[in-house]
Amino acid sequence: MADEALFLLLHNEMVSGVYKSAEQGEVENGRCITKLENMGFRVGQGLIERFTKDTARFKDELDIMKFICKDFWTTVFKKQIDNLRTNHQGIYVLQDNKFRLLTQMSAGKQYLEHASKYLAFTCGLIRGGLSNLGIKSIVTAEVSSMPAFLEYNG
Amino acid sequence: MAVCVAVIAKENYPLYIRSIPTENELKFHYMVHTSLDVVDEKISAMGKALVDQRELYLGLLYPTEDYKVYPSHQSPCVESTFPNQLCRYGYVTNSKVKFVMVVDSSNTALRDNEIRSMFRKLHNSYTDVMCNPFYNPGDRIHSRAFDSMVTSMMIQVC
Repeated sequence: MADEALFLLLHNEMVSGVYKSAEQGEVENGRCITKLENMGFRVGQGLIERFTKDTARFKDELDIMKFICKDFWTTVFKKQIDNLRTNHQGIYVLQDNKFRLLTQMSAGKQYLEHASKYLAFTCGLIRGGLSNLGIKSIVTAEVSSMPAFLEYNG
Repeated sequence: MAVCVAVIAKENYPLYIRSIPTENELKFHYMVHTSLDVVDEKISAMGKALVDQRELYLGLLYPTEDYKVYPSHQSPCVESTFPNQLCRYGYVTNSKVKFVMVVDSSNTALRDNEIRSMFRKLHNSYTDVMCNPFYNPGDRIHSRAFDSMVTSMMIQVC
């Protein structure tokens, strides 16, 4: 179980490290969030290559999304996505009610506005994984109440 | 014994291509390029065929073919035909990266399982290259570990 805590703590340090070394004005124009997201993108590409090495070929987009919800999420966060919804026109909403990276923070609304910093890496992770599987996407995240979080993929 | 190994990216440009008889390299480049069409056909046919389409390994792509060897320093009009049987095998990963292998099967008839294991090794090394933080996806592969693995595949069955 120790490896879970390792990634959590490293991730928290990464976010605060990026913000500490941010230049003047970078925090406001979102450069820090972009940096974190790009980090997640590259990691996602490598991770997906390793995870899909032994799986069968994917039939279609829905198959890929199910893989992300089940196998990918389980391997990275040790649990599955709680809810997957789609409008069959390219938008998928993934809902996680107990997101691992946010559980340590608070169970209420106190730190809601800071939550987006901690989600950027995960959004990049998903975007990188999808891009390696051939899907161009936009991943946005929304936190209505910690630690639940929703994601939209275009 | 593998005569030529190629790794082709999603957008169909080569990431890594290496062949053993180095004087006729262009010929192998063309061969790999034409095999790409067959690979694409197999992938798109899988949607309808539903025959073993979950496999990543594609099998023999092209019937065997003779190829001529031109002597390099003599007069170009002298050609000698070498009845080498060249088989091309294909393998596509889930990230749409294609591996094409051209194998000389004149001396040993390589069994299907051996080809599969060669592709398995290639896939594993490619995954390692991908996870290397100094490698940008989409660049040509310069990794020495990858090179040595391919060399071992090319001179393995003599």
